[in-house]
Amino acid sequence: MNGFLFQAFIYLLAAVVAVLIAKRLGLGSVLGYLIAGVVIGPLLHLVGNETEDLQTFAEFGVVMMLFLVGLELQPRTLWDMRTRLLGLGGLQVLVTGGVLTLLGIAVGVPWDVSMVAGFVLSMSSTAIVLQTLGEKGLLKSDGGQSCFSVLLFQDISVIPILAVIPLLARPELIASQSASHSGGHASQAADWMSGMPGWEVTLITVAAVGFVVVAGNYLSRPFFRIIAASKLREVFTAAGLLLVIAIALLMTLVGLSPALGTFLAGVVLANSEFRHELESDIEPFKGLLLGLFFITVGASVNFTLLWDQLPLVAALTAAVMATKAAVLYGLGRMFKLQGADRWLFALGVAQAGEFGFVLLSFTVQSAVLAESIAAILLLVIALSMMLTPVLFILLDKLIIPRFNRVEGKQSDEIPEQAHIIIAGLGRFGQVINRILVANGHKTVVLDYRADIVDGLRKMGMRSFFGDASRPDLLHSAGLREAKVLVVAIDDMPRALEIVKHARRENSSLHIVARARDRADVYRLYQAGATDIVREVFDSSVRAAGYALSATGMHPYDVEKSKNVFVQHDRAGLRQLAPLWREDIPVFDNPEYVAKVKEITGAIEDAMLGNRGAFLDELDRGWTPPTAPAGS
Amino acid sequence: MSRVLVLFAHPGQRHSRVNLAMAKAASSVADVTFADLYAEYPTFGIDIDIEQKRLLAHDTVVFQFPLYWYSTPSLLKEWQDLVLEYGFSYGPGGDKLQGKKFLAVVTAGGRPAAYDADVNRMHGLRTLLSPLQRSVEVCGMTFLPPFVLFGAIDANSDGRAPRHILAYRSLLEALRDDRLDPAIPSRENFLDYSHIPMGKEMEA
Repeated sequence: MNGFLFQAFIYLLAAVVAVLIAKRLGLGSVLGYLIAGVVIGPLLHLVGNETEDLQTFAEFGVVMMLFLVGLELQPRTLWDMRTRLLGLGGLQVLVTGGVLTLLGIAVGVPWDVSMVAGFVLSMSSTAIVLQTLGEKGLLKSDGGQSCFSVLLFQDISVIPILAVIPLLARPELIASQSASHSGGHASQAADWMSGMPGWEVTLITVAAVGFVVVAGNYLSRPFFRIIAASKLREVFTAAGLLLVIAIALLMTLVGLSPALGTFLAGVVLANSEFRHELESDIEPFKGLLLGLFFITVGASVNFTLLWDQLPLVAALTAAVMATKAAVLYGLGRMFKLQGADRWLFALGVAQAGEFGFVLLSFTVQSAVLAESIAAILLLVIALSMMLTPVLFILLDKLIIPRFNRVEGKQSDEIPEQAHIIIAGLGRFGQVINRILVANGHKTVVLDYRADIVDGLRKMGMRSFFGDASRPDLLHSAGLREAKVLVVAIDDMPRALEIVKHARRENSSLHIVARARDRADVYRLYQAGATDIVREVFDSSVRAAGYALSATGMHPYDVEKSKNVFVQHDRAGLRQLAPLWREDIPVFDNPEYVAKVKEITGAIEDAMLGNRGAFLDELDRGWTPPTAPAGS
Repeated sequence: MSRVLVLFAHPGQRHSRVNLAMAKAASSVADVTFADLYAEYPTFGIDIDIEQKRLLAHDTVVFQFPLYWYSTPSLLKEWQDLVLEYGFSYGPGGDKLQGKKFLAVVTAGGRPAAYDADVNRMHGLRTLLSPLQRSVEVCGMTFLPPFVLFGAIDANSDGRAPRHILAYRSLLEALRDDRLDPAIPSRENFLDYSHIPMGKEMEA
């Protein structure tokens, strides 16, 4: 127990310290984790052999990440990506693998070893790239999408590669390997299917994928609805984790990549009302596991071997990354990626990745590569992963600024579609949402009442289940990028919390807030809301207008009278705000009371029958001159 | 140095072909105050006090608007009705605008012929704008020859729009720096992008 606590302490401490420092220096979290790993592993020897086991465990973070990426991707978007996915992704694996094989043969490595190493190294690091792109907000860019297509295709291509590797077994290695277990990553899991004929295996695989799609569409929503109704947050979190793990398990059982399966499940759930809630529940687990994964990558660098073979490892790493970048750049050109996006694509996925680790251990077990070669390749992969954050910094500081200057000039005049979050979908929020949507804006609407969300979805309103006063949920709804936040809930303490948090996170955000009364207006104003609307003020004014009309007043005069009243009232509110105190009831606040008397004097006079001042203002501008004009 | 105020009135800015670009140019001229009236008063609740204070703080007033039924858009008319108050700009004590200059910057959809006094004796553009001119003169201001773009509907396709916008910018700068030929009010009928007479010191 103590041992475990100590390990956990070391890992967490390293993560917190290194990531904070890295972030402060603007290096991104991934580099921080990697450095933390190097420090606690090879440098200080605080952690030992358990890193390998931990790594297998931490790789589950990648599975979770793909689930989250899937959640962000509508099925339609995925379908629209198909050319890129197959074309860009397929060509990347084939061409990179091919070129690396030829290079290997050219320097005298046997063709089969070259080929295995080539394809192992053609894989990139989903974990590093997606994490970094997400951090920089580049996932949705053209370059980011292309990176993602390639990574997703690599995920798929691992399966055939795993199938081919055992065929290349070298007799002289089999002898030395026969003692050790022959199982591998995927083959072990799919052992129970090995006796079946091909068509049966295919059938089971297709059925499993079909099950994920169908169950995701039809079963998951009633399931989550029941859980949401229980209002127990941790049960919802547990259910989210259960879903991810169940799918991963199913995929492993039929010999498919768990990451691919959960990605698919994510896409299926992307349209569901539980999307943002799931995102914010899974996100911290994914973050921690990925962090742990990066640390283990850093910790597993074998420094003794690295110093011994430094020139070879360095040359190999440079050659691999340069080849990958060159191939990617060429593909980017072919697929018409422009400017900064092409560079992002070329440098972004130029590293080797964690699939390489899996494939390497499998090649050793399958007697395809000698352990000495695998150890060197392992170093190359780890090193190239560690260099990736450095490349991103280079991209940020040197390459992207060059293109941005050009793009800045030709920015178009059409106002871009604003990202708008609406918290609360009661009578108030619904009207707001309808008007915004009718004007062509995409809104993210949140409400914590699952039945209401469900009902409105049936009527075609894009809404999501979740408690908007939870910071993490606001984040997954896009708080950072949002332009406008409408707080339309009637629960004032929660509304205040939302406004305060949102203001802290996004200083340029325009916050429109719903208030019940004047005191709410003051509170919301102090919390940082931009526009504050008293919920029944405007409707009362309209009702007053009808009443005035009924007395026989001319409709245009009614309108003017209403306007003058509203102007007075709002100006008064602005003047009263600084005098209002949370701790003193307004009637016991002499300054406040005095100001109220002073400001509303004119209006009250008018109401009491002394109508001079109020009428002056109403008739201003339409008073006929006392002498003829131009005389 | 003259303090210039541009009051821009255009209710259909989404469909604007030239005016919006002109407004952008005007708002970027240094030391010129630019106001989009439809943005400030979307519900026509014009604040008379603020508007009058704004007039007092400037020496030259520019109305920039598309010609709607041979007149200003309705908010600009409302603005005149409310702000040019008895006792402020005319009548007893109504001398607050005396000596200021006024320029109408007009875009017209029709071709020049549609507003040509020779073709249509009664309805040349200067005649059509005469209510505006008369109002300005009653307020004691100098009515400068309007700066006009005819045929604004296809000014973008035949390349006149950029020249007009550029000329508008230099016209505002000239007004700001008092470089406009002082004799033009009596001499010129219209100003346009090919014709903005400058004062003597500029020609030298």
